[in-house]
Amino acid sequence: MHHNIWLYLFVAAVTIYLIRVLPMTLIRRDIKNPFIRSFLYYVPYVTLAVMTFPAILSATGSPVSAWAGFLTGVVLAYVDGNLFRVAICSCVVVYLAELFYH
Amino acid sequence: MNETRQNRTWFLRGIKDGIPIALGYFAVAFALGIAAKKAGMDVVQAGMMSITMLASAGQYGAITVIVGGGGYLQMAVTTLIVNLRYLLMSCALSQKVDPGLGMGHRFLLSYPVTDEIFGIAMAVEGRLNPFYNYGAAAVAAPGWTAGAILGAAAGAILPRRVENALSVALYGMFLAIIIPAAKKNKIVAFVVAFSMGCSFLFAKAPVLREISSGMQIILLTVLIAGAAAFFFPVREAEEGGDGHAS
Repeated sequence: MHHNIWLYLFVAAVTIYLIRVLPMTLIRRDIKNPFIRSFLYYVPYVTLAVMTFPAILSATGSPVSAWAGFLTGVVLAYVDGNLFRVAICSCVVVYLAELFYH
Repeated sequence: MNETRQNRTWFLRGIKDGIPIALGYFAVAFALGIAAKKAGMDVVQAGMMSITMLASAGQYGAITVIVGGGGYLQMAVTTLIVNLRYLLMSCALSQKVDPGLGMGHRFLLSYPVTDEIFGIAMAVEGRLNPFYNYGAAAVAAPGWTAGAILGAAAGAILPRRVENALSVALYGMFLAIIIPAAKKNKIVAFVVAFSMGCSFLFAKAPVLREISSGMQIILLTVLIAGAAAFFFPVREAEEGGDGHAS
């Protein structure tokens, strides 16, 4: 089945706007239910973990550089935690790893 | 008019606080642009995606669905799941503004609900003037979009090694969100490790690996976050310092 990229983008953009606009216009109060609150609390961690691993291992030119980038990201996120520093340093390590191992 | 002057001041303050956000966005959006290009998008599509969605993980999730050839319903559900945290942020923002704020402002204010802009907006003392968010968005959204456009345009001419290196930028950013939270909270640490383990299993095991990656994100998120919420419900005090970003 052939899919149209513009239609994909339209569906995604409308969905994400609805998520942002509905609480601001209709709900207009805090969600109190503890299960829903807890579920929403855990969702980003699960989603980002699932999207990162193992996808990162096949994102670069070789498993060696990918593992190097992944471990750098984990360690630096643990000790430093700055979003953009972690991202940039992972990139630099991948670059260096590919420079030396190929 | 005094109110106009106040709005102006808040708008300028938003621009000032939005500049560092825009610079960071630019770098990450560049990597996202490369990913969009790889998924078959052209420069215009990558730019449109970024300006309409303004979300890193959200756009990456959408790209995953496109690469996997999932249906439009899957696109909607994946986008919903990956961006569900914005629902909470919008709820919190709706408490922070004047209860009498008009609908027009509410529609506008909903557009730039991102982790970073939400973060600086919640740090404002007292009631939030929406013009503060507009100011931040006025610099952050162009930075985000320009990064994606340049990434999609340059992806083809960059040396292979640079492209490989840049493609981990997004993952690095995701790690910078989940690992510090895991460091602070043992249950989050367990949930993150367990999620990665399950994701690995779904990527490698026969039968399971036949499930498209967009669908895997949906399934694993609903099951694991649901189980975690059931077994380890969160008390309000813990939610405060979770510091999600992007």
